[in-house]
Amino acid sequence: MVKLNKDIFKVANKSLRSRLIVGTGKYTSFTETAKAVKASGAEMVTVAVRRINILDKKKPILTDFLNPKKIIYLPNTAGCFNSEDALRTLRLAREMGGWKLVKLEVLGDKKTLYPNMIETIKSTKILVKEGFKVMVYCTDDPLLAKKLEDNGASAIMPLASPIGSGLGIQNKMNISMIIKQSKVPVIVDAGIGTASDATIAMELGCDGVLINSAIANAKKPILMAEAFKNAVISGRNAYLAGRMKKNQVASPSSPLKGII
Amino acid sequence: MAKIQLNGKKISIKSNFSLFDLLKKYKLNKKKVAIEHNGIIIQKVNFKNKYLKNNDKVEIVHFIGGG
Repeated sequence: MVKLNKDIFKVANKSLRSRLIVGTGKYTSFTETAKAVKASGAEMVTVAVRRINILDKKKPILTDFLNPKKIIYLPNTAGCFNSEDALRTLRLAREMGGWKLVKLEVLGDKKTLYPNMIETIKSTKILVKEGFKVMVYCTDDPLLAKKLEDNGASAIMPLASPIGSGLGIQNKMNISMIIKQSKVPVIVDAGIGTASDATIAMELGCDGVLINSAIANAKKPILMAEAFKNAVISGRNAYLAGRMKKNQVASPSSPLKGII
Repeated sequence: MAKIQLNGKKISIKSNFSLFDLLKKYKLNKKKVAIEHNGIIIQKVNFKNKYLKNNDKVEIVHFIGGG
């Protein structure tokens, strides 16, 4: 067990004990968000940057429920469909809290929310030059993932399936290829539907998983957050333990010697 | 008096009104926001000396829940 305690997740100069990163969108209230984050054991959360509603002065704000001094905020560029908007959003995020660690996602299609990889690579290059640590949401194409790494991405975050779809990992082979070739952490982001999907990602050798909808849209989000916490630990431990070889034939579990 | 556009909405402010005054008017904590003034991000230390004029466009943003 000593070895497992030393299994620290290092990403963009941060050392984390939990390999689960959770999103903070889609909850019914900030109280529920805070409870789910706590139950998940996550030490890093994604957040969005939006206009303040100036007409409603009493509206609660996220930072009052999740203290950015206690939990790492990972500002995202959700809803950005070009490089310009994504850069604008992240520069504002940096000014807001002084964070240089960000999640980049440049979307290409409103229906599938698939990332526009041309704009994503372009943005990564610029942000890295400006000193940002960029964790990048991307397609599960190994060639493009390599391009991101070559351009200085701090983490590669391929989708399991479309954002919010809950369809789980659709292309295990591609995710495995990306894991094999990457020197930076690989975090499966988007499309995870339930706890076992996260376990599969971790068993494949992913460094972490990012979950939002699967927890927030569960009937009992806080219980699901706990399920994901355990699923990620189980998957990671199974990966570290090394699974048995698959055999085409049966092999008895009890000794044949001494049968009466 | 000056008319500016704040987060897409037209509002009227007094003359010699700074970004700092604008935050005060809406009871906003400067630590929790970022401001863009006519497309340029303004550093927090400059909120007090950045005065608003007619037709200025201001965006005040903060962090919300997101995936």
